[in-house]
Amino acid sequence: MNWRAIRAVVRRDLTLVRQSKAVMIPLVTVPLVLLVILPLVATLAPNYVNIPGLDDLDALLGQMPEDVRAGLAGAGDQERLVVLLTVYLFAPLFLLIPTMVANVIAADSFAGEKERKTLEALLYSPMTDREIVTAKLLAPWLAAMAVTFVGFVLYAIVVNAGAWPVMERIFFPTPMWLLLVLWVAPAVAALGLGGAVLVSLRVGTVQEAYQLGGLVVLPVVALMVSQATGLLFFTTTVVFVIGLLVWLLALGLLLIAVRSFDRPRLTVQA
Amino acid sequence: MAQSRDGVAVEAQGLTVHYGQFKAVDGLSIQIRTGEIFGLLGHNGAGKTTAVRTLAGLLRPTAGWARVNGLDPQEQGPQLRKTIGVSTESPAVDERMTGEATLAFFAELYDLPPAAIPERIGRLLERFDLVEAGKRRVGEYSKGMRQRLALARALLHDPAVLFFDEPTSGLDPVATRQTNEGIIEMTRGQGKTVILCTHNLTQAQQLCDRVAVLEHGRVIAVGTPHELARDLRVDWSVIVEIDAQDLAAARRALAQLPGVEVVDPDTGGGMTLRLELLLRDGVPVPRVVAHLAAAQVGIHAVVPDEATLEDVYFALQEVQA
Ligand SMILES: Nc1ncnc2c1ncn2[C@@H]1O[C@H](COP(=O)(O)OP(=O)(O)OP(=O)(O)O)[C@@H](O)[C@H]1O
Ligand SMILES: [Mg+2]
Repeated sequence: MNWRAIRAVVRRDLTLVRQSKAVMIPLVTVPLVLLVILPLVATLAPNYVNIPGLDDLDALLGQMPEDVRAGLAGAGDQERLVVLLTVYLFAPLFLLIPTMVANVIAADSFAGEKERKTLEALLYSPMTDREIVTAKLLAPWLAAMAVTFVGFVLYAIVVNAGAWPVMERIFFPTPMWLLLVLWVAPAVAALGLGGAVLVSLRVGTVQEAYQLGGLVVLPVVALMVSQATGLLFFTTTVVFVIGLLVWLLALGLLLIAVRSFDRPRLTVQA
Repeated sequence: MAQSRDGVAVEAQGLTVHYGQFKAVDGLSIQIRTGEIFGLLGHNGAGKTTAVRTLAGLLRPTAGWARVNGLDPQEQGPQLRKTIGVSTESPAVDERMTGEATLAFFAELYDLPPAAIPERIGRLLERFDLVEAGKRRVGEYSKGMRQRLALARALLHDPAVLFFDEPTSGLDPVATRQTNEGIIEMTRGQGKTVILCTHNLTQAQQLCDRVAVLEHGRVIAVGTPHELARDLRVDWSVIVEIDAQDLAAARRALAQLPGVEVVDPDTGGGMTLRLELLLRDGVPVPRVVAHLAAAQVGIHAVVPDEATLEDVYFALQEVQA
């Protein structure tokens, strides 16, 4: 592997992404909404307004696993609501970030290069197929991880600050969240990536790639629904298993993506 | 640098390439010598670009084999591509990068020594008249500037063999001439081998040592433009300046030579007269001159006006049809 060439492609792809408004706007606004504005509203609102449905809180909390309920036994309704929202219900939303970032950047870097007709020059370079695809995968994945970590730090600050009047202590991040950030987020980023690459190899334009690539958020939405309906609760064990499953799925998808990435095929499409 | 045997830079035998079921290159066999400017001619869709892609290892041939600088495009693609420079049909340069950044990026892909990169880029920008433009984004470049940047990129790693796919399409006459001169300099001055894909027959005639004419993926003729004209017995003409008083004698003499036609005697008075003769079926110029001399016609000058590649090209089309 010629890592110098790989690094050059990664650096170029990320530099170009930073110059593209179409990519940067969702990359900044989506994390801002999900990781700053939403938790801010969720933690501050109970101080000022009566949340309808709060009466059902006991029902909702009843779905929580035993140990979580035990941990919150002596807590008031507001405190339990804050924990329920910021620690549990928002967790799947957080996973949208790595998925989306990886997907958007991968679509731009694969389909985009095809659309702008610059792929051919790369194909005429001495890089091997394996090196090209490694670089092309690494760029979006690294970007997704960077945004995810920054987003996580922001979220931790916002949640602790916003909930301070209620909680009066630093309660975030929990061990489950560390697992989410370090184990599941890289996996869903890889999943978003694999999906985007497979789609990009088959479509002609970035727009199409975005549209089809958006499908990879479906598993995340499924997680969100299943938790809200009490089907599956984000305990440490569950999160670990989710991570494992997503890794398996992602690696399978990436393997297919790498296999379908061969010069003749790309040349014919370029 | 890997040089293949006997000064052959590029060699192909029975090279056949398909896009799906469609045969785009059909049994291509060529030998391109080191230091040669070799033209690949043919109309749109004849298979020129496909041939270049296959020689560079981008496409997999369905039959036949090829060597470039002694390397197999399929088995040794990465090494092979280090020894070639390609400028593609549409200059594949990202609009959002500056010219300088583009070259710096490719310098890393070709693994040039970091210390040598700035100087190398500086020299190429200078040579292709892009010093000012180098700091600007390619999106702001004119078509000719993009083509020049693509040429600079092809030369970046000092490759032994260069493939130029229509390097002057869309360029103005001045830019075309500069590009042509650059290509000549690369081969004559630096011993590089150039494969030039073009529809531009004038350019091919000016530059190419030899050409291959492709049609439907097959080579229908190979040779120097001169050889092709001779072999195809394309009509060509010669202008003979004679004593004005010998016109009648000249006419009589030429009437006995089959295949020679007097086109347009210039009867504008004066001591000498320009006779334009059309030579059919490859009648050689010396025979005409000898014939006139034997008839005591006073000859002042003979200016052969060889068949152009264009004539050859159209003659080939007729032969095919
Ligand atoms: N990616 C592709 N998929 C399918 N067919 C293709 C592809 N590229 C080229 N072809 C077909 O292969 C044939 C040869 O194309 P090629 O591009 O090699 O011709 P060319 O001689 O370079 O033409 P031009 O002078 O227009 O550049 C054409 O009939 C073309 O339609
Ligand atoms: Mg072509």
